[in-house]
Amino acid sequence: MPTETPMIRVQDVRFRYDPDQPAYAVDGVSMELRRGEFVAVLGANGCGKSTLAKHLNAILLPETGTVYVEEMDTRSEEHLYDIRQKVGMVFQNPDNQIVATIVEEDVAFAPENLGVPPEEIRTRVDEAMKLAGIYEKRDSAPYKLSGGQKQRVAIAGVIAMRPDCLVLDEATAMLDPHGRGQVMRTIRHLREAGIAIVAITHYMEEAAQADRVLVMNGGRVVMEGTPEQVFSQTERLHSYHLDVPQAAELRDELVKAGIAMPENVITPERCAEELYKLLKD
Amino acid sequence: MLKDITIGQYYPGRSILHRCDPRLKLVATIAYIVVLFVAANPLGIVLSILLLAALYRTARIPGKMILRSLKPIVPLVLFTAVLNLFFVSGQGEPLVSFWIFPIYAEGVRQAILIAVRVCALIAGTSLLTYTTSPIVLTDAIENLLRPLGRLHFPVHELAMMMTIALRFIPTLIEETEKIMNAQKARGAMLDNGTFTQRIKALVPILIPLFISAFRRADELAMAMECRCYHGGEGRTRLKQLRFTASDARCAVVLALALAVIVATRFFVPGWLG
Repeated sequence: MPTETPMIRVQDVRFRYDPDQPAYAVDGVSMELRRGEFVAVLGANGCGKSTLAKHLNAILLPETGTVYVEEMDTRSEEHLYDIRQKVGMVFQNPDNQIVATIVEEDVAFAPENLGVPPEEIRTRVDEAMKLAGIYEKRDSAPYKLSGGQKQRVAIAGVIAMRPDCLVLDEATAMLDPHGRGQVMRTIRHLREAGIAIVAITHYMEEAAQADRVLVMNGGRVVMEGTPEQVFSQTERLHSYHLDVPQAAELRDELVKAGIAMPENVITPERCAEELYKLLKD
Repeated sequence: MLKDITIGQYYPGRSILHRCDPRLKLVATIAYIVVLFVAANPLGIVLSILLLAALYRTARIPGKMILRSLKPIVPLVLFTAVLNLFFVSGQGEPLVSFWIFPIYAEGVRQAILIAVRVCALIAGTSLLTYTTSPIVLTDAIENLLRPLGRLHFPVHELAMMMTIALRFIPTLIEETEKIMNAQKARGAMLDNGTFTQRIKALVPILIPLFISAFRRADELAMAMECRCYHGGEGRTRLKQLRFTASDARCAVVLALALAVIVATRFFVPGWLG
């Protein structure tokens, strides 16, 4: 839908943590996020991707440039809580995001802050816990849950605000593969529910599932496109100290070895399909 | 291990005392403590112990839990009892004399009364923590202190601090264990050595623990901001405390029982009191 206004508009944002230092953590980034879209942001450590994420819900304010959330400038004090309600954020360590001693009390934390009436909080909390798949654990103490479960509690705690967008700042980085799988499944449910996702991640397999991939380096967006477009440029990604999904790596090596393969092979399934075709001929 | 420590001493159950409004339980416990000191005569104390026994029975908390709560204060009770035994002087002849300390009948009476009273006090407050989870108790404290908010007393902040502290105790205990293991792996001697050596050995555990706690605090504060936290103003609660009809009945029963105990102070003939 080309006429639709984007949900989030980032215009030429620059930001540095220390105004006395010449180095900018985010150095002139522009991007847009459409409703219901899944965008993955990739980049090596210290490339500014987490700093950019914190601009999306006014935790950080740009030094120059502007961030609009639903046409609201993140600098405007009076819209601060509207913006934070619209753009939820989940961080790396689930332990440091859970406030209360019981799962459902924690999920209720955000709606309580927003002054939602108690009966409405009940429905929102149940809805959020079901969406995140932790409804069965509602009476548990958070410290008794596994990492993946805790992170889903943190996600439920954010979606209880009914945001339009969820920013995941390396939300799977501390989880084991099982927990990561649980969180990725939850993210798929959220997309089906129409929530836009911005995933800051190190895992190429996660990024391969996105609608769009941004690659950051030195505070700038250096590559942008569909996962197929981005991951087929193996050499360039390596130059930014990034890996490509294993399937793309394999395809690349095969092409180098003189075996013709199509451009857009990035998932294991797709790769297997192509290899099967090759072997059949 | 450290992890098995229970926070507070909540004993989950579904009795009428467990379901009772925590505010009522808190106020009743305070009233009970006051009554123990006001009705300091033998009959009053016997009656208050009977009341406590009845309450423990309704809460279906086994007797060994009472003993467990009393265990840590046994030395204190013995100490005060012995002091009373030797230093309270009464009229008439002493019962017996140990060296320069005569023991009077009055002293024996006082010693027993004090010991029983302190035990009743601990058992009574334990009943509150046995039947009320810490988080609910925090809610009750916040609710009861609310009038102080008008005097700019930070009631909400206090309750929030208690909740977060309770939430992070298990997390920090787990972390302490990890740091201890890491330091042991580097050759730290935590379990032996002289007292001063052991105290010194704690430093490399406490410093990383504090640093990590501050980092956690920083991240938690940001996560709370992301969830629109802005203090107690305009905040609603998922679980409202409700004072129900059955709470009212409990309140009346307890109030009458306590009133009877207080009355023993005034109307019981002298030879009993």
